Amino acid sequence: MRASRASMTGLAYLAPAALLMALFTYYPAIVTVFHSLFSTAKANRPSRFIALDNYRYMLDDPIFWKAMHNNILFAIGTIPTSVAIALVMALWVNKKMAGRSFLRMAYFTPTILPMVAVANIWIFLYAPQIGPFSRAASLFGFGHVNFLGSQATALPALMVVGIWKEAGFFMIFYLAALQNIPPNLSDAAAIEGASRWYFFRRVVFPLMLPTTMFILVNAIVNAFRMVDQVIVMTQGGPDNATALLLYYIYQTSFSYWDTSYAAALSVVLLMILAILAFTQFGLMEKRVHYR
Amino acid sequence: MIGTPNTSRLETAGAWLLAGLWILPLAYAFWAAFHASGDATSLRLASPIVLDNFHYVWKVAPFPTYFLNTFMLVTLILVVQLVLATLAGFAFARYDFPFKNIIFGTILLQLMIVPEALMVENYRTINFFGLNDSILGMAVPYFASAFGIFLMRQTFKSIPKELDDAAVVEGATSVQVLWRVYVPLARPTLLAYGLVSVSYHWNNFLWPLIVSNSVDSRPLTVGLQVFSSVDQGINWSFISAATLLSVAPLLIAFLLFQKQFVQSFLRAGIR
Repeated sequence: MRASRASMTGLAYLAPAALLMALFTYYPAIVTVFHSLFSTAKANRPSRFIALDNYRYMLDDPIFWKAMHNNILFAIGTIPTSVAIALVMALWVNKKMAGRSFLRMAYFTPTILPMVAVANIWIFLYAPQIGPFSRAASLFGFGHVNFLGSQATALPALMVVGIWKEAGFFMIFYLAALQNIPPNLSDAAAIEGASRWYFFRRVVFPLMLPTTMFILVNAIVNAFRMVDQVIVMTQGGPDNATALLLYYIYQTSFSYWDTSYAAALSVVLLMILAILAFTQFGLMEKRVHYR
Repeated sequence: MIGTPNTSRLETAGAWLLAGLWILPLAYAFWAAFHASGDATSLRLASPIVLDNFHYVWKVAPFPTYFLNTFMLVTLILVVQLVLATLAGFAFARYDFPFKNIIFGTILLQLMIVPEALMVENYRTINFFGLNDSILGMAVPYFASAFGIFLMRQTFKSIPKELDDAAVVEGATSVQVLWRVYVPLARPTLLAYGLVSVSYHWNNFLWPLIVSNSVDSRPLTVGLQVFSSVDQGINWSFISAATLLSVAPLLIAFLLFQKQFVQSFLRAGIR
């Protein structure tokens, strides 16, 4: 009898969190799939079961493909660069360098600021005529470029903001990994007369691989949840040049009120996230064997 | 420590150059916020420093209300998250109940679902409960955090069981054991998780944007967006002042407690 009473106590402790999680994570996840199989109710026509029609429509929807395409471009354009910068930052900050704590602060500050706020600053930096980037461009003879207003430059402009915001965040994880490298390794390398580059390539970099994998998966997840700066800086424009998947879901649901098509789009996003999560899980397993 | 202690000058210069680049956007915002709008875009060092932009922004837009809303939102989420994660983490660390592992695995599944992917249905739920345009509606989907539960479970598991056995022998109830033995020992974890939660929700934008549609519930991020897109046209000095106002508390806290922030992000990581 005592055991069952103890288990009742345990369940009681768990219940509030479990109930809220069921209501705001599991229920909506299941219902999203369910609603994606129905049509959106309109004034004159109630919602009805349409099976996979939303998904069929999606296959022919140029904006959906544009958004996917943009998301992939965004990931490719931001992740390798920001991860590389993050590693360099971590290597620097990990050294006994003059003003090390200022450097760490400078690198990390963009991470803790709201994207909405920094996006406002970046709109200013990108502003045609008066913004410094536009002035620099005209100085080099490109004329006054409207970075956020033209199709060719809008997405790359957002990528720069993304790199700037994320690098400091990833730096933290590299910093933690670097501090876990036993100091006798570098002592040994110094005695052997190994060059710093050799030491980095053969010792530091391999030891950073699990961290890099972890960062990469999280960076891809972040690329697919990137939406704040799109809303603030471009609203997906010009002509969907900066429409990303989550922004398209937001637009479909809260501007066009086509909630069932938004549900179908959400299912695609959830699938992408699931694939990434299982990739990460697989990598974690490998990491355990690796140790 | 990696590498030789004496770093090459070239590297130090590179590190400082990068830091300069990284801080530049913020420096530019400072410049614009403290100068009259006519001087904002010219970098003449002689132009006078003024505080008018802050006065104007504070007067013309309901920033005090936005601050209060953000403060309430962040506090509400933090308190409930900490309580729920502590209770659930305690349950997983110290109790046996049917399907314990399956339930734990299911909770961890939440880690892979970003909340934004569920906004359409959660908005329906919020409306169903009449929580549209309220701080509670903005907060409630974040109350139960798988990451918080996981973190607390790990922390509690590392506490030797002999400690609470001793307390039980002395006649302490389960709640007393949790409150007097476990919670004090978990304080560093709670602090780390708290810092990450506060900075995440201070910055959160999309969900509050969807839920709020009046001044009374708008947090700073949404208020700032409304201010800079609707009210202002393009007066960069006003927008910069508003931007700095809304990040000031977090920025000051970060500058003061830099080490704790960095360590918290390390400890409590991703979410």
